[in-house]
Amino acid sequence: MSVKIDEEVTFESSSHDRNNESSALQEGPAALDYEKLINTPEFKKLSKRKNGFLLSYTIFFTAIYALLPILTSYTTILENRAIGMITWTWIYSFGIFIMVWALATIYTKKAAGFDKDVDEILKKTL
Amino acid sequence: MDFISIAIFVGVIGLTLGVTYWAAKQTSTASDFYTAGGSLTGWQNGLAIAGDYLSAASFLGIAGAVALNGYDGFYYSLGFLAAYLVVLFLVAEPLRNLGKFTMADMIGSRFSAKKVRAAAALNTITIVLFYMIAQLVGAGALIKLLLGIDYWISVLIVGVMMTVYVLFGGMTATSWVQIIKAVLLMIGTIVIAFLVLLRTNFSFTSLFEKVSTATKHGESYLHSGVLYDNPLGLISVLLALFLGTAGLPHILMRFFTVKDAKTARSSVIYAVWIIGVFYFITMILGFGGAIFVGEEAIVAENAAGNMAAPMLAAVLGGNALESFVAAVAFATILAVVSGLVLTGASALAHDLYGEVFKKGKVTDKQQVTAARIAAISVAILSIILALGSEKLNVAFLVSLAFCVAAAANLPTILMTIYWKRFNTTGAIASMLTGLITSLVLVAISPSVMSPVEGAALITGNPIFPLANPGIVSIPAGFLAAYVGTILSSRGKEEVDYAEIKFKAETGYRELQN
Repeated sequence: MSVKIDEEVTFESSSHDRNNESSALQEGPAALDYEKLINTPEFKKLSKRKNGFLLSYTIFFTAIYALLPILTSYTTILENRAIGMITWTWIYSFGIFIMVWALATIYTKKAAGFDKDVDEILKKTL
Repeated sequence: MDFISIAIFVGVIGLTLGVTYWAAKQTSTASDFYTAGGSLTGWQNGLAIAGDYLSAASFLGIAGAVALNGYDGFYYSLGFLAAYLVVLFLVAEPLRNLGKFTMADMIGSRFSAKKVRAAAALNTITIVLFYMIAQLVGAGALIKLLLGIDYWISVLIVGVMMTVYVLFGGMTATSWVQIIKAVLLMIGTIVIAFLVLLRTNFSFTSLFEKVSTATKHGESYLHSGVLYDNPLGLISVLLALFLGTAGLPHILMRFFTVKDAKTARSSVIYAVWIIGVFYFITMILGFGGAIFVGEEAIVAENAAGNMAAPMLAAVLGGNALESFVAAVAFATILAVVSGLVLTGASALAHDLYGEVFKKGKVTDKQQVTAARIAAISVAILSIILALGSEKLNVAFLVSLAFCVAAAANLPTILMTIYWKRFNTTGAIASMLTGLITSLVLVAISPSVMSPVEGAALITGNPIFPLANPGIVSIPAGFLAAYVGTILSSRGKEEVDYAEIKFKAETGYRELQN
């Protein structure tokens, strides 16, 4: 088994509350049947939901980001003024800022849901 | 230097050394040294990520680039920020769940062949050295401008400080230097931005109006195209920035300083807010520079515009604010280079010495000793390289570092986590292809070759037309991962993907008996 554990990290980090539920859940005996574990209905469901979420959002933000240089380089549609001297190029750019903050917030909410499923799976497994 | 400057500089140095003294007392194990024992909270690591990431190139460079080139200077900000979505969605949590101290650990958790780890360590060292030389040369020039100290003395001061932080205080000291710097940087930039907005009645439309007549570019200052006339060049840079961050070893290492994936996640959220607000402010600083300092005055001090922010501070807030901004720039440099020294040391001492040469059979004490020796070696090597590079134009090294990170590291990181079929050959092929294509293409690019004598390292017509090779080398890195994998069979020293998948998603770790 080539995988090593950083016992130190796990233990030291939870030293302020050693019986911290989640860190206790995440440690266990070495030999688990991982093939079986990833094929349980619960894990498959979680994995599918999570990957679907990650993939769709990744495609979305990559497209929004990639579109900017394409629009500014090959078209002039962002060159018009939107508010005063502020052009649509700036509005689009500020939109990317808003998108980053919004998606980070959405991710956190969504990930909290996945955390619960993970806890369930680990409870069942160990 | 006046009294205020000296007081602020001594304050920064004193505070960071105090933190190092405190950190040194709690640094005894390898885990302490590399990861601060995984003890950082989400907001602490979030600030430290911002402190690690927002280099002097971001602060002074982007403010200057916006001041001189308008919208085109702002592209960097967008790329640097949007990159965190890649980090958050695809990399941070699985990385934390699979790895231990370094990026190579995470890749090594699936592919334990020595050559995989060696290739990952090679990439880390390459990126660290490029980034570091750019920072140190920039630091030397900046401190010379800001304080009037000779270049070589400036480089030595920064070099000695970074070595002291890392050597004695390891990751704990490095993290807190980065946290202090992030706080100072935010205060400094917010104050200047406030003063700029005060003079434009807190109206963005009036700020844009003023700046549209402030420079020789006129209204085109507010449009894309002042700096980037070649679309492919622009797309190449933006691609490298977007994908590079998630492959930068010194940023990835920060995720091991927290106790679990959940905290890694929350630290990215803090970082995204801080970094986003910061980049938004750099736009205001750039505009302020163009309006209140003026193009000619900025270029007269430094052709790249690096002095725009400190000069703006002087115009709006007088000597005291200028000194404060200079100190912030100094702290910024220190925080970034110490993170780099630590990361370079981890690749040498943990990945190469500990895992490749000693096959993981090192005691904790040996690890810490090796890490300290490695830190000194990395520091000395970079100081020597920086001292010899004063006259060279090394600004392109930062975007080259992002390019190598995106082309050589990211494909392997992503496929280790998400692709079942991925194997040892694919990983090595990708890491080396990404590295070599990036280096070779840069060596024959306008960044290194210029027909004007003395303008670049080599005199001659550039063979590759783009300054940043990302648009070629990043796809090459991904392609090599794919081709290398499908043309070979599974390596001997590979962990089942089922195990990687389960651990990456759940954070499960086996107890060692």
